[in-house]
Amino acid sequence: MTTELAVSLWRGAEHGRYETYRVPLRSSQTVLDVVTFVQRHIDPTLSYRFACRVGVCGSCAMTVNGKPRWTCRTHIAKVAGNGKLEIGPLENLPVIKDLTTDMQPFFEKWQRAKGAFTPTQTRHDAIAQIKPDTPARKAADEAIECINCGVCYAACDTVRWNGDYLGPAALTRAWTLVNDERDGGNIARLQAIAGAGGCHACHSHQSCQELCPQALNPTAAIAALKRRTAAAYLKGEIKI
Amino acid sequence: MNVRLYVWQRATAAVMAPLVMVHIAVIFYATRHGMSAADILGRTRGSIAWAAFYGLFVLAVSIHASIGVRNVLSEWTPLNERRVDACAVFFGLVLAVLGLRAVAAVVLP
Repeated sequence: MTTELAVSLWRGAEHGRYETYRVPLRSSQTVLDVVTFVQRHIDPTLSYRFACRVGVCGSCAMTVNGKPRWTCRTHIAKVAGNGKLEIGPLENLPVIKDLTTDMQPFFEKWQRAKGAFTPTQTRHDAIAQIKPDTPARKAADEAIECINCGVCYAACDTVRWNGDYLGPAALTRAWTLVNDERDGGNIARLQAIAGAGGCHACHSHQSCQELCPQALNPTAAIAALKRRTAAAYLKGEIKI
Repeated sequence: MNVRLYVWQRATAAVMAPLVMVHIAVIFYATRHGMSAADILGRTRGSIAWAAFYGLFVLAVSIHASIGVRNVLSEWTPLNERRVDACAVFFGLVLAVLGLRAVAAVVLP
């Protein structure tokens, strides 16, 4: 029975190389456990990012055997059946060092997509009563489970070939706010996502939906945004 | 792709869907009834209905296809947006001219 795992880790920045390490296999071992073992027992100069270790914070996403995954909740048994593991930084983002990427472009696109809540009331108003069973609230409740891990962004072919594209996460965030009846910024938001690089650039390849660790469906959210922006355009609410 | 092009592409697709069905039905009808070119021209020449049908078809195709080509050029070539737009407009005009010329050939008396 194999007791060790051969793991290749990306070392360096944009121009680096994969280096192989041997890590002892353990039961219920996650990809993050393997990376942590290398950093603590073999090479303390290895850089990577994590915080909660339980699938909440969204900071530990990496490319695992060619696919972006949240490493703290990805078991070795699921992804390294042949005893080999290759772990790299997320695609479509600048590499800072080793397994850490610069998430700034990712969050700048949230800003471009008007991903910040636009309040319509003040703290002096009564708390808004939101019915949980309306279609709009259900849509918002589902998409709001996004943990900002960047897996969808790294998986997206359109982001890969069109650096201007906002990406699945920013558009899913926009979709939650479009469905939030307390928000007052929807015209500006629809305007922001209706131009080049906005929701209409999506080709519906559905890699985001397939790999989202929260089992969200950004493709469906983007398709709904296409319809919503088209309706707003035809009504003259937004201009191109 | 922006929302204006998206609306135009979807709208022309919606126009083309029934026209394609009728066009295919016409092809089946003409071939299964053994109609000659003279038979077909005898029915289409001077027909405002066929001129309107295929004229609309050609215009819808020209708009729809040129938007699609624009997307391909925009995503797969290093051309800037201005050149991409120029290529797409040129492609659409070529399709429209060739198509309308063909329609004229079968409907003008």
